[in-house]
Amino acid sequence: MAAVTDFAVPSEARARGYWAGVWRRLRRDPAALVCAGVLLALALGAIFAPWLGLADPYQGSMIRRLKPIGTPGHLLGADELGRDMLARLIYGGRLTLFLGIAPVVCAFVIGTTLGLVAGYLGGVVNAVIMRTTDVFFAFPSVLLAIAISGALGAGIVNSLVSLTIVFIPPIARVAESVTASVRALDYVDAARASGASGFTIVRVHVLGNVLGPIFVYATSLTSVAMILAAGLSFLGLGVRPPEPEWGLMLNTLRTAIYVNPWVAALPGAMIFLTSLCLNILSDGLRSAMNVRQ
Amino acid sequence: MSVNEAPPTPAPLGLPDVGGPRQPLLDAAGLTCHFPVRGGPFTARRVVRAVDGVSFSVGKGEVLGVVGESGCGKSTTARLMVGLAPLTAGKIVFDGRQLGEDLTLTALRLGAQMVFQDSYASLNPRLTIEDSIAFGPRVRGVSPADARALAHDLLKRIGLDPARFAGRYPHELSGGQRQRANIGRALAMKPRLLILDEAVSALDKSVEAQVLNLLADLKADHDLTYLFISHDLTVVRYIADRVMVMYLGEVVEIGPAETLYRNRAHPYTDALFAAMPSMDPDNRTQTPPLTGDPPNPIDPPAGCRFHTRCAFAESVCGAREPALAAVAGDAAHLAACHMLEPGSGHSKARAA
Repeated sequence: MAAVTDFAVPSEARARGYWAGVWRRLRRDPAALVCAGVLLALALGAIFAPWLGLADPYQGSMIRRLKPIGTPGHLLGADELGRDMLARLIYGGRLTLFLGIAPVVCAFVIGTTLGLVAGYLGGVVNAVIMRTTDVFFAFPSVLLAIAISGALGAGIVNSLVSLTIVFIPPIARVAESVTASVRALDYVDAARASGASGFTIVRVHVLGNVLGPIFVYATSLTSVAMILAAGLSFLGLGVRPPEPEWGLMLNTLRTAIYVNPWVAALPGAMIFLTSLCLNILSDGLRSAMNVRQ
Repeated sequence: MSVNEAPPTPAPLGLPDVGGPRQPLLDAAGLTCHFPVRGGPFTARRVVRAVDGVSFSVGKGEVLGVVGESGCGKSTTARLMVGLAPLTAGKIVFDGRQLGEDLTLTALRLGAQMVFQDSYASLNPRLTIEDSIAFGPRVRGVSPADARALAHDLLKRIGLDPARFAGRYPHELSGGQRQRANIGRALAMKPRLLILDEAVSALDKSVEAQVLNLLADLKADHDLTYLFISHDLTVVRYIADRVMVMYLGEVVEIGPAETLYRNRAHPYTDALFAAMPSMDPDNRTQTPPLTGDPPNPIDPPAGCRFHTRCAFAESVCGAREPALAAVAGDAAHLAACHMLEPGSGHSKARAA
């Protein structure tokens, strides 16, 4: 038989697993690593806030009201009630990160499952699932979140539920379209022709090839989730004062925007930093999850 | 060379030979595959007649070539054989056992496997070549160690050194290597019928020749039977024992390759072969090729489906559908044309 000429890259030992490869490729992406570090610092700060020796985030003081950034003892100034901004921002990460990430994680799991089932099975199942999600697209996401939260009643858990419901349809939509495109590829047909069950085919051949795009899209939703959570808090449907939460702080500090704009902008800057880091990290992860790199 | 020793077949794979060498491996009768097309709420439901009453048989160890232009139903016919397209009517008999009666689709898929045209789209980009080949045996219950050993054995057999290729991803392979891997993946199920749907059409000529040689070697070593679908008549002539010509979901001519190439009975076969580039520049093809596209399979022409493009069409052609009949008394060579049917009413037909 004819010798096979080797045009491909020289082979190296590839005994390592898929996730080891993802980590190896991610390590070569400095921007993603920096962002991962920032997010880790924010999360750790939020978790260990009570042990960091910060000022009491609930303790107001009339004389400290709207102290500028750099005030001795209050590194990031104080808010409109004289509470220490540094402490409130770090404590605020607890609720904000939770309300930004938890609904997206829940919606990611549910929406991806729905989208995979709809995209893989097609036909009537697809029509039922996708037309139902279409109903939710008829409402602007803010109104939908307010309506659901209003119906369920105020509270953090109810905000979580309403935001999850808001994010399921767009994630299901993205999952359905990428699944349908992978479903049409020959390797799925080849797997069917080998007699594998639908579940096995989805697990082995479909899931790995659709998670990347859905994952990136879902990450971009976390910043939206934070803003929506802030909106709910502002309306009294989510977090209630005096709890520190970035969205709520942004809303209450808006009255001080002409007095001390720098302090008033800090919660917004935190939301911006977090969503920027999440987006860059998700982009980096998406590239790292691509075996072709 | 140890490579030529047939590896032991793990227990859950393969389908035993029950009928002996004289029983056809595959007997397809009246295969029909209609796809419904979604119309609007007020329009009638219509169907694409992708395959419409196709019958043929493939003997054990034989290579049946299937030719025809795009959209003639070659690929759908292939997909019907492994249950990837829904069978509207007709029956598939594999080695004497009928699909749906005494043969399940799951069992048929052990006996028949398919290789697709697009070598890249037919391999999961996230699985290594070894994992792709081992997937089929794994889902049939072969142990991971045995499936791995089988995959390595097949890699050796298809000319890809397991030490270098087993852990590679599809994008790290050339087109020819990928198509070898696809052949390996199909062979991992220990099939007896290999359906090659334009399997070499996307390859460079030199690589195509290598893969064709590999297919010839594999056929001899594994007692395989091929259903070889291609639009490349030269390749079909090289590899096929018999050739089936399809037009618009129907068989127009079928016969031994050499007979068919020398004595084309159906005007469509003739037109198809006339469109083949000549190898001799001083003897260029002068016959004008067919004009126009094939008619829409949603609404195929009445009578002979080819009559709208046929140079010899007469009124009888549009009125009545010709049946497959022996050409010049040769029972192995069949064609469906009124000109060959005595007393059909066509001016070129012999009187009855």
